[in-house]
Amino acid sequence: MNLHEYQARELLRQAGIPVPPDDVAGTPADVRRIAERLGGRVVVKAQVHAGGRGKAGGVKLAASPAEAEQVAATILGMKIKGLTVQKVLVAPTAEIASEAYVGVIVDRASQSPVFMVSPAGGIDIEEVAANTPEKIFRARVDPRYGLLPHQALGLAFKLYPDIALARQAADILQKLYRAFVEAGGSLAEINPLIRTPDGRVVALDAKMSVDDNELDRRPAIAALRDATAEEPSELRAREAGLTYIKLDGNVGCCVNGAGLAMATMDLVKYYGGEPANFLDIGGSSNPEKVVSALQIITADPNVKAILFNIFGGITRCDDVANGIVTATGRFAVKVPIVIRLTGTNEKEAVEILARVGMQALTDMDEAVKRAVAAATGGAAA
Amino acid sequence: MSIFLDRNTKLVIQGITGRDGSFHARLMMEYGTRVVAGVTPGKGGQTFGGSVPVFNTVADAVDATGADASVIYVPARAAADAMLEAADAGIALIVCITEGVPVLDMMRALPYLREKGARLIGPNCPGLITPGQAKIGIIPGMLATPGPIGVVSRSGTLTYEVVYQLTRAGLGQTTCVGIGGDPIIGTNFIDCLDAFQRDDTTRAVVIIGEIGGTDEQNAAGFVQSGMTKPVVGFIAGQTAPPGRRMGHAGAIISGSSGTAAEKMEAFQRSGISVMQRPADVVDLLRRRL
Repeated sequence: MNLHEYQARELLRQAGIPVPPDDVAGTPADVRRIAERLGGRVVVKAQVHAGGRGKAGGVKLAASPAEAEQVAATILGMKIKGLTVQKVLVAPTAEIASEAYVGVIVDRASQSPVFMVSPAGGIDIEEVAANTPEKIFRARVDPRYGLLPHQALGLAFKLYPDIALARQAADILQKLYRAFVEAGGSLAEINPLIRTPDGRVVALDAKMSVDDNELDRRPAIAALRDATAEEPSELRAREAGLTYIKLDGNVGCCVNGAGLAMATMDLVKYYGGEPANFLDIGGSSNPEKVVSALQIITADPNVKAILFNIFGGITRCDDVANGIVTATGRFAVKVPIVIRLTGTNEKEAVEILARVGMQALTDMDEAVKRAVAAATGGAAA
Repeated sequence: MSIFLDRNTKLVIQGITGRDGSFHARLMMEYGTRVVAGVTPGKGGQTFGGSVPVFNTVADAVDATGADASVIYVPARAAADAMLEAADAGIALIVCITEGVPVLDMMRALPYLREKGARLIGPNCPGLITPGQAKIGIIPGMLATPGPIGVVSRSGTLTYEVVYQLTRAGLGQTTCVGIGGDPIIGTNFIDCLDAFQRDDTTRAVVIIGEIGGTDEQNAAGFVQSGMTKPVVGFIAGQTAPPGRRMGHAGAIISGSSGTAAEKMEAFQRSGISVMQRPADVVDLLRRRL
């Protein structure tokens, strides 16, 4: 789960990291009031779960409360990578002597948290990493001991040769690691971490992502989820226990297991079609999940055919068949459905479908070909 | 022969009285796995399925039965400790089926497991099967058949699909291992490729990867430098949309976007025959055998 910048800033503030004051608003008028309270010159930043906000025009400076109101009107409602901006963060502008980057991430390769810092922070940090990797410094953290003080200071010296500044940065790194662990983070990043002309080190931005598997035992973090920031159909799917990602094609896919779901989409493309979505019904086999899946897929007006690809293991084919029958009895499915199922309780599933005049295939390639043909106006399956 | 698991493996099931644990305990026993013990704290002294003694702790189970492998079907919040308990009891092979184990728990558990000399497969994996001998986990037994092909995969049901294609074509398997799709796992592609390379009966290997991370690229490097047996590979997620990625740290750390195209190229460069679709596995293997 991704946190918004304003949420991550608050977590860093609670951890004791210096972060300028800020507030969040959903209307230009509120932005103006906040700007007045913060002293006039502010930065207005789109709060969406996507990177590249600045380059998309979602971050703007304003010299006065009136200008803040104006730029807020252009940012609120704009789309960044498909997501509508519903809230903006307002913070006072800062005087910047230099910009650094600091981040900690769960690194798959070393199977531990890894810190990365660079004295060349700012919006082009990925280019810095690609073109001048010698400007990126790393330290692997042993998760059993945490970020050790000498590691933090060693990294801090890479940012600031001056000991007074390095001590401030080292303290921030320690606190960032603590905030990362306490939130159950998979990523925590400050970019830029700035030095002010009067010699203070301050976090001007914050990004955090949380491991979804941590949410059960961290209700305070789970409560930060912003349902309005998600694509509505994806939100509905998550609430139904499904993983769904909307795409632009016309073959609706309903599959069990993420790997098989991706392979099915790939095969749709291979046979000349375009998948309308990724949908994984997961490992359990509750017929109601299948009903929800069909509701979500059929709500997409682009869908011209629906493809089920079920390989029964823990998921039972008869449960899926019952779900399909229940769904088509409850609401009209106006596009052809092509069903492939094999594995656990396949025979029972075929009988359940046959009773309502539906047939099931056992071969994945055959099913995908038929679904693509049905979607592109060929013979319905 | 096989890797990691054979008919002599003595298995203890952690969480044997739970819903999933009991269901799959029966399927494993039917398949021929030597299930020698179960563990559920508070239920020590009971018997499962008329023949399997249940113990309060893994240590008790190992003392009484000499179990050398364990499979974990406990809830996610208890899974990491279940792994550590098994390792403390001297279990050499630990298979964790449980999904949803927090990554921070895994990062703390793995160094401990390695110090104890235990191999972990998973978490969030379907387990492994040595056809005709034994299975640990949830892979449907009827899919697999004995033969010379080793299979290693990050996926669950996609593994079933590929094994099903192999079995239908008469290409049996030595061992099929589902290593799990989580970011932090105990046994990776290279561990399995290395074991298949050393296994006398394995003549070729199928590797099934996905988008994300760099494990497949690393595996490709190993195939090029450390394997003489033919390898056939598949990457799922060619049509997956680029994510709305947050932050820069991911791209900085790996220097890779982890796309399917990037991984397929790495496979090709290192001599792995790349499948365009799961059904290609049969032709490609026949050509390379």
